[in-house]
Amino acid sequence: METGSAIAFWILAAITVGSALGVVLVRNLFRAALLLILSFVGIAGLYITLSADFLAAVQILIYAGAIAILVIFAIMLTSDAASGDPFGRFRVPALLVAGLVVITLAFVILNTDWPQAAEAPFESPTLAIADALFNKFVLPFEVASVLLLAALIGAFVMARER
Amino acid sequence: MTVGLEHYLLLSAALFAIGLYGAMTKSNGVAILMGIEIMLNAVNLTVVAFYRFATPTIATGLVFALFIMTVAAAEAALGLAILIAVYRNRDSINVEEVDSMKW
Repeated sequence: METGSAIAFWILAAITVGSALGVVLVRNLFRAALLLILSFVGIAGLYITLSADFLAAVQILIYAGAIAILVIFAIMLTSDAASGDPFGRFRVPALLVAGLVVITLAFVILNTDWPQAAEAPFESPTLAIADALFNKFVLPFEVASVLLLAALIGAFVMARER
Repeated sequence: MTVGLEHYLLLSAALFAIGLYGAMTKSNGVAILMGIEIMLNAVNLTVVAFYRFATPTIATGLVFALFIMTVAAAEAALGLAILIAVYRNRDSINVEEVDSMKW
């Protein structure tokens, strides 16, 4: 990858990791939700550096545009409850487990000889996704539609006034 | 220096660990859901990185990432609906207080 992509990767990686750390460490829950939006946008930028432009647009639309708004709605509707205390009881064991996970993953990542292909990615990832989604993956596509319908009905039933 | 597959994979591993820490430590239900969303994003990044560096001519990775996003959206919507219903009944979404099904 050229230098421009490398610089973009490091900047976006710093933004994403920094805002993810902010989400889990900040005391105010609303500020944590805003930092979550920032980390979603950072991930969308990383998708662009990986030549997945359709996924970047979908990430912004769905994650930053719908899920983050849902989270903010839920925070506002449950705001009488005490804000999430970042220093809970399981702080040290959770830190140990998370550290163990990242050390194990880093060990596996750095010691595996990954098969890398030198071909260029798709000229138009959107066309490739559409071709795969409606020819090879049409059954998971339909099942995902049923899943979304079930989630829609379920959320409606769960959240309505009795 | 060139940015390769390992860089993206290490970044996803770090994001996954951060989300895991958030999901395990917080006592507010919405904060736990935020940690879960960070973990799902880290996995998505892993899948797309593998698509880009290992199989750039096969679109399976991209479709897989799209389906993960779909399931994450459905799960977030339902989880938040359940949390709102719990809050309406018990006036608290502190997960340490919602324990009437524990033995």
